[in-house]
Amino acid sequence: MKLPTINDNPFMKPMEWASLALLCAVIFLVLPLALDGFRLNLVGKYLTYAFVALGLVICWGYCGILSLGQGVFFGLGGYCMAMYLKLEASSVENTKIQSTPGIPDFMDWNQITALPWFWTPFKSLPLTLIAVVLVPTLFAFIIGAAMFKRRVGGTYFAIITQAIAAILTILIVGQQGYTGGINGITDLRTLHGWDIRTDSAKYILYFVNGGLLVACVLVAQYVKRSKLGRILVAMRDKEDRVRFSGYGVASFKIFAFCLAAAFAAVGGAMFTLQVGFMSPSFVGIVPSIEMVIYAAVGGRLSLFGAIYGTLLVNWAKTTFSESFPELWLFGLGALFIAVVLAFPNGLAGIWRQHVEPLLTRRPKAAAPAALPQGAPAE
Amino acid sequence: MNAAILPGATAGDKTFLLAVEALTVSFDGFKAVNDVSFYVDPDEIRVIIGPNGAGKTTVLDLICGRTRATSGSIKYKGTELTKLSESAIVQAGVGRKFQTPSIYDDLTVFENLEISFPRGRTVLGALMFKRDAEVRDRIHEIAEMIFLKDHLDKRAEFLSHGQKQWLEIGMLLIQDPELLMLDEPVAGMSVAERKKTAELLHQIIKGRSVLVIEHDMKFVEDIAHRVTVLHQGKVLSEGSMERVKTDPKVVEVYLGH
Amino acid sequence: MFGDYSLGDLGAIFAMQGFAGLILFSVYVLMALGLAIIFGQMGVINMAHGEFMILGAYMTYLCSTFFQAHLPSLFPVYFFVAMALAFVAAGALGMLVEWGLIRHLYKRPLDTLLATWGLSLILQQAYRSIFGAREVGVELPSWMMGSVQATDTIEIQINGLFVMAITVLITLVVAALLFASRYGKQVRAVMQNRVMAGAVGIDTEKVDRLTFGLGCGIAGVAGSAFTMIGSTGPTSGQLYIVDTFLIVVFGGAASLLGTIASAFSISQTQSTLEFFLSGSTAKVLTLLGVVGILMLRPQGLFTLKVRR
Repeated sequence: MKLPTINDNPFMKPMEWASLALLCAVIFLVLPLALDGFRLNLVGKYLTYAFVALGLVICWGYCGILSLGQGVFFGLGGYCMAMYLKLEASSVENTKIQSTPGIPDFMDWNQITALPWFWTPFKSLPLTLIAVVLVPTLFAFIIGAAMFKRRVGGTYFAIITQAIAAILTILIVGQQGYTGGINGITDLRTLHGWDIRTDSAKYILYFVNGGLLVACVLVAQYVKRSKLGRILVAMRDKEDRVRFSGYGVASFKIFAFCLAAAFAAVGGAMFTLQVGFMSPSFVGIVPSIEMVIYAAVGGRLSLFGAIYGTLLVNWAKTTFSESFPELWLFGLGALFIAVVLAFPNGLAGIWRQHVEPLLTRRPKAAAPAALPQGAPAE
Repeated sequence: MNAAILPGATAGDKTFLLAVEALTVSFDGFKAVNDVSFYVDPDEIRVIIGPNGAGKTTVLDLICGRTRATSGSIKYKGTELTKLSESAIVQAGVGRKFQTPSIYDDLTVFENLEISFPRGRTVLGALMFKRDAEVRDRIHEIAEMIFLKDHLDKRAEFLSHGQKQWLEIGMLLIQDPELLMLDEPVAGMSVAERKKTAELLHQIIKGRSVLVIEHDMKFVEDIAHRVTVLHQGKVLSEGSMERVKTDPKVVEVYLGH
Repeated sequence: MFGDYSLGDLGAIFAMQGFAGLILFSVYVLMALGLAIIFGQMGVINMAHGEFMILGAYMTYLCSTFFQAHLPSLFPVYFFVAMALAFVAAGALGMLVEWGLIRHLYKRPLDTLLATWGLSLILQQAYRSIFGAREVGVELPSWMMGSVQATDTIEIQINGLFVMAITVLITLVVAALLFASRYGKQVRAVMQNRVMAGAVGIDTEKVDRLTFGLGCGIAGVAGSAFTMIGSTGPTSGQLYIVDTFLIVVFGGAASLLGTIASAFSISQTQSTLEFFLSGSTAKVLTLLGVVGILMLRPQGLFTLKVRR
């Protein structure tokens, strides 16, 4: 009776397999069948934020590092993709009316006459795809290495990442000749010759996006159930004990932060592809902290919860800001407060406490779950 | 890691496991540890006693790298510890138990022990770590020793205070350190738990050096090979328990009341 | 970038920009002072601090319109009334927020951060509903306009000097309150050991509420000063929150002197750079500098090495 529970550390528990099946059914069957093309594209956009929320579950929920700068990585991923698409849309033929044909239109408007050096790699699709993940992850690594090696964490880390989000936004807006400024990079047309604006392309991109999201869930699940996942929980609990058990605590935090950044970057790139533009309004302080609330509403310790939380908050945002724009900010503000005061484990917490017991009908004496349920960060 | 360490520091013609020399740390001018030197032999049980604020815990903090020394040296088997990172010090074979039980409340007893198992300590190693028979057997062996074999599935936060202390001792044992440092291992325990702990300590101190901070004099007399008395950051006296007990300086500041 | 100016010109530019940065400096100091009390002493991250500041700015705006319409004879001194009102309004709201929200979250700083962000959204929307989305500006009494000619190349604005004087005064009062009064001792006692402070008979809840209110009240006064350098809109406060947090962290969270020194260096760097570069580049360089230094020296400029 005792040994099996200890010995088996399956990739997923039955309940998690069920959750995965449900998620796949929702993303690949229910939503595509129930929604028209426009709404489906909208859901696709929401799901790109779910990548960020997923990363936050690992980084914030499990490791206890609250990053208020996830928009930076989402944005960098999105911008990398947008730069490639923009260059493809700015062929000499398409831009022959410009004073310098062959460069993006906003550069021409800002009297730039040659493509800046950091744009040139984005002429190649393989290099772009590498950059989409590598640039944000590397940036996260630099920030993480600088901060975690010096034992900066908690609120300081949150403030610094927020400042970085602010700096990057100001930089992008200010350097409009190189970045497209406040409007961002717009008028994107084709991906390696494939027109991304058509209805069929949007349909295909939605499924690619869903597939990538499920892949990220599986990666996150692997991390969560590995010993590394338990070390993250242990560090959140008693950092010194982990350190004095022979682990380099900083490298584990850097890993969690980089993983979250990489997820966010993939989301950003898929956003650009599905929505057709990228702008600084997805980089700054406000979007970054909103992405935190997606994870918080879903449940900061639940991978699946984070996705549903993202969908729910965004659905509410669209509905409310369409019909009662005044109410939306009140609602969002109240949501932040409610999630912190009343539901620290979000939807997943409510599910685990009230729904799951009904489904599984386990005897009351069952061993308490190994994973933390009632532990708010810090 | 271990292969790189030179076999034994020598002071005079004697080989020490741990040689602390002229160790000083100051916090904004306040010298919490002031010119402390002592030497620990292999397999020796050394107890550090002294009144509150004498710098006992700070000495352990300095050895395990939690606090950085202002000056002085700490040589462990010939390696200078003052320059190593905390994790490198642990990997060199120094284990440390904290004063208040320091365990992972959110994890099970099994998982607590598993994290301390000395394998897969890098990011990649932890990702690839497999819970194989070796790990399981070792965890069961340790759990048996620390009286927790029936609680492996329990979340650590539901253990009693004494059980938490044992769990932390177990987490150190699974690392198999050559130098084990214990900060007040029996503080806050019931009489029964205290007895069991003494028994446990007698069992685990075989084949390693142990540095213990303890206030319980009966317990100290019971286990100590030698005793070092700290007072206001300095070594006041050192030697066998009988010698220290009769040292008038020690009686005046510590034992006399 | 300095190549086109002579040494004398440069001196005058630095001095002028220095004085032009005075109001910014004052706003920063007052904002940061409030935050340093709340964050440094209480460990609470108040993301709605900018909205408390803007409440003070709106109070000043209301005062200015009220005095213009009903008490034109007293208009020259309305600013003093406005500052007092800003302090009281922001302080009262602060105490209400502490009672309703913050006191449930003292052990969870990251959660306070999220909750106060939610509060800031609510306050922003409330301002938008009450005062409209359009930015408003205040009319200054005539004696506060104009400038003093210090040398033939250097001019100092009078309102800058005025705000500066108020800032110095408030800073001194706060310092006296925290370091010389009985209340200050209680605050420090509660922050260092809440349970013990309660045990020796300090009403910790009252101390918390007053301290939070004080911090917010000072932010309100910062809002009054703010009306002189910018127009007030529902989201104006949000633009300052990151800068203010950086100032507090940069100065070493628990040190008032550090807060002032860091507010000074950041505001002066920014306003001096602004003369030579575009506003956004100046801001980016300043913030990057601060973040860079914080990465190398996370404990900030002024901190004590303490025994853990």
